[in-house]
Amino acid sequence: MTHDPVRLYRTVRLIRRFEERAIELVRAGEIVGGIHPYLGQEGIAAGVCAALRDDDLVTGTHRGHGHVLAKGADPARMLAELCGRVTGLNRGRGGSMHAADFGVGVLGANAIVGAAGAILTGAVWARRRRGDDIVGATFFGDGAVNEGMLLEAFNLAALWRVPVLFVCENNGYATTMPVAGAVAGTIGGRAAAFGMPATVVDGQDPEEVRDATAAAVTRMRAGGGPELVEAHTYRFDAHHTFEHVVRLDYRPPAEVARGRARDPVAIQGARLPRSVRDAVDAEVEATLAAAVEYALASPAPDPAGALEHLYASGLTARTGGG
Amino acid sequence: MPRLSYRRALTRALADEMTRDESVFLLGEDIRVAAANVTSGLLKRFGPERVVDTPLSEQAFTSFATGAALAGLRPVIEFQIPSLLFLVFEQIVNHAHKFPLMTGGQCAVPVTYLVPGSGSRTGWAGQHSDHPYSLFAHVGVTTVVPATPADAYGLLVSAIRCDDPVVVFAPAGAMDLRADVADPAPVPLGRGVVRRAGTDVTVVAVGHLVHDALAVAGDLAGQVSVEVFDPRTLYPFDWDGLVESVSRTGRLVVVDDSNRSCGIAGEIIATVVERVRLLAPPRRVTRPDGAVLPFAPALDRAVQPGRDQLTAAIQLTVKDG
Repeated sequence: MTHDPVRLYRTVRLIRRFEERAIELVRAGEIVGGIHPYLGQEGIAAGVCAALRDDDLVTGTHRGHGHVLAKGADPARMLAELCGRVTGLNRGRGGSMHAADFGVGVLGANAIVGAAGAILTGAVWARRRRGDDIVGATFFGDGAVNEGMLLEAFNLAALWRVPVLFVCENNGYATTMPVAGAVAGTIGGRAAAFGMPATVVDGQDPEEVRDATAAAVTRMRAGGGPELVEAHTYRFDAHHTFEHVVRLDYRPPAEVARGRARDPVAIQGARLPRSVRDAVDAEVEATLAAAVEYALASPAPDPAGALEHLYASGLTARTGGG
Repeated sequence: MPRLSYRRALTRALADEMTRDESVFLLGEDIRVAAANVTSGLLKRFGPERVVDTPLSEQAFTSFATGAALAGLRPVIEFQIPSLLFLVFEQIVNHAHKFPLMTGGQCAVPVTYLVPGSGSRTGWAGQHSDHPYSLFAHVGVTTVVPATPADAYGLLVSAIRCDDPVVVFAPAGAMDLRADVADPAPVPLGRGVVRRAGTDVTVVAVGHLVHDALAVAGDLAGQVSVEVFDPRTLYPFDWDGLVESVSRTGRLVVVDDSNRSCGIAGEIIATVVERVRLLAPPRRVTRPDGAVLPFAPALDRAVQPGRDQLTAAIQLTVKDG
């Protein structure tokens, strides 16, 4: 847990610039398959992870770069993963939607909406069972609150009092489907149905997210059950970078302008003296310049090893050739 | 020699592994009272922390087990009904199975999915009578179908010790078997066994059908010398063991309780003909394409592979060349 406003600013700034550099690399053809940019939502990952310990566990989503970076993964190895290089976090086997770094407690971004909550619940339960006083935080979007699998996870975590913070990043849209067109009742109401406390926060304010998370984490670590935080946010960019090529008309320009006006990087930056902000910005630029260089200089994996790591037991699969 | 029932072999395997390894625990519906009569006595012996009854939330508790495995435990999930595997196919295939590769080898997911009573139990009708082992072989999840009490013990032990997800199908048609088992021991995954030696035709039989194949082989003795090969593990399959058998007999018949299209019988035949020049076209006896088991007992039986069909397939194969 850090109350350090500079560190919080550094995290949101790092994620912001990481995503902007990644989009450049998508356009340059260095990142294939595109990405789901986290732009605009940085305050949530930064705020939540600032309230966690290094040994706490998180899971992310398809829009997951921010979660992995905020929990402490190396941006250079993260970028190498996006570029499909052997030096990447997942040795080039996962890419944008599956980035994982077990060493810093990231049990993976998960590309199936609503799927990670139960996985994290099991992992936290297992660690608590052996005496570790850890907690977990699982990120998901507003689209996931209509997935039965996630609601089942709410029930299990609440029933067995597993300290998992369910963090709903409500950016208003599940791809192009607005919340009003998809969510009956409320998101907090779903938590209430399982007896879970729910807190609504301004996801654009990293400190508000951090403080709400810290309060929940304190209760959970002391033996409380799971909680839900619904963070209201706005996605500044596309659902996925394919929208940079194929424009989809689902968000009114005035709404986008209103959303972008509340910028978590600017909000947190305004809390710092200009000179401090400039120093952080310069340090982040240097870190990312080195990360891009590292990623692009790293070798691609050898196709002969395409199915390495398929089986942890050492089983080898038959090849597909004749 | 002590008589061991198939069911108690499963119970004993669970108890022995829980005793041997603190990280093994059980998860499932109604397992504390042992509704499926497999986890009997384990709650008393190991306590509620290691014999965990779940709500009816198959998707959540299957992924919960994945998470527990990521954190170092070895969960065993019991599914009371084989078709529940359809409900959790996503959790097993898209998460548990894919995590090691997707993370570049950062983790292992040692979960065992135990299905006591797979296939038809007669009278349980359309949604409780499936035998979906071929689906798991197709996606590359380790899949075992023990035919005997000794193998039920030995393969379940090996499944629990395996660092990858393993599905253990215990066929309803074998669950009431008893056998003399002096000293139950682990059975290696991926190794088949010749149950009866023969010279004219190799019959590959899966799970409980091994016993039908042995009965048919006995009935045909004097006319046809039938070798019965029990693969025991369907994925990874013991191709070398099977090829050795078929290379001697030159003929192949497969009896498999899967629906015909894309069932494991098709894969067995394809792989053998890639490697062995047969004396006659191979044959398979399976459930029909797209089978849904009807309720009435005569209809239920009519849809499953039967001894008459197997006998006819063997005789035709031998007649063909």
